Amino acid sequence: MVVTCEEVWREVSNYLEGEVDPTLRAAMEEHFRGCKRCTAVLDGTRNVIQLYGDERMFEVPLGFSHRLHRRLEENIVPARRTFLGWMVAAAAAVLVAGGFEVARSSVFSHPELRTEHAESSSGVPPDLMVVVATDGKTFHIPGCPFIHDKARLRTIAAREAMQEGYAPCVRCMRKYLNA
Amino acid sequence: MPEERTALEGPAAQFNEEVLIRRIRDGERELFYELIRPYERRVFAAAFAILRNEADAEDTAQEAMLKAFKHIRQFRAESRFSTWLIQITVNEARMRRRKEHANIIEPIVDRQDEEGNYTPRDFADWREIPLETLERKEVRQKLAEALASLGEKYREVFVLRDMQQLSIEETAKALGISAASVKTRLLRARLMLRELLAPGLGGNWSSRLSLAKGVKPW
Repeated sequence: MVVTCEEVWREVSNYLEGEVDPTLRAAMEEHFRGCKRCTAVLDGTRNVIQLYGDERMFEVPLGFSHRLHRRLEENIVPARRTFLGWMVAAAAAVLVAGGFEVARSSVFSHPELRTEHAESSSGVPPDLMVVVATDGKTFHIPGCPFIHDKARLRTIAAREAMQEGYAPCVRCMRKYLNA
Repeated sequence: MPEERTALEGPAAQFNEEVLIRRIRDGERELFYELIRPYERRVFAAAFAILRNEADAEDTAQEAMLKAFKHIRQFRAESRFSTWLIQITVNEARMRRRKEHANIIEPIVDRQDEEGNYTPRDFADWREIPLETLERKEVRQKLAEALASLGEKYREVFVLRDMQQLSIEETAKALGISAASVKTRLLRARLMLRELLAPGLGGNWSSRLSLAKGVKPW
């Protein structure tokens, strides 16, 4: 059995899936031995499958898992708690309360993060995608002319920006601040 | 190749999942976090591949997880939990796309004749596959861009089969198309991606990258 280049291209995907019958497989292998172009197609197609099948292709945005779990927590109410569960919850509550104290004290020790606009940021949609400069203090709508250090920008959700201590830009975020 | 794919989720992992699902159904709802943890990234990737927008994909991923939780009693053990979860995600993403992008004209590649033969135009040699270059963000970015440029019917099939590792039959079921269509679209998607990537990524690229630091290989 002899196969042409066109037939090889039509079957190369099935060949890699192991879904061609032995006769066709043997004919294709014979063809690959003498055809550089079809070998290039075979190698390249195999590489595509390998590269895209790699776990590293599954990138998620910064803070994705945290936001997902919080959303789930808001909707998945534990059906029942054991005594131990209640104890853990109580301990967690104490830790959270302590955390607030620490956060409050840290705010006072870093006045640059506590701007007059910090409270107003509650009007900013938490899922709004904003940009922040690594060393900046404010977050902006992409393209805002008041962004400093444009070379070191990253795009994150407004919620994350607020959590990281960034304050909303008073120019591009004005409509949310006045809301 | 099929053997490698099924090995991704061993019998022990599957048994553990079955136990978790049973306990969640019995009321230990908080175990749901543990159940979905291994699939968070895959769910996002599936949604992103369809919607091509991070914010929409994230919201869809969250919705899909919530839906999976609400309908956990409907999950049947004859399929893998991951497959079921990805199917829910695909449905959610498609619904969202229909709702929000109803008036968007599909890319030209979608109008290609699916049944017609695909003729490769570029035969760049691409023997080496240095997977370590995936550590480079620009390489991943280039792969993501190439994938995003495919028409949606090719992209969906490719993502489910080659990225999410669903079988041909599972992919067909998730998309509501025949197994034959999956194979045809998969062939096209793979060949198109090869054609988009081989000229830049092919050849002796690993040594070229190390010699020309900071220079993109395409």
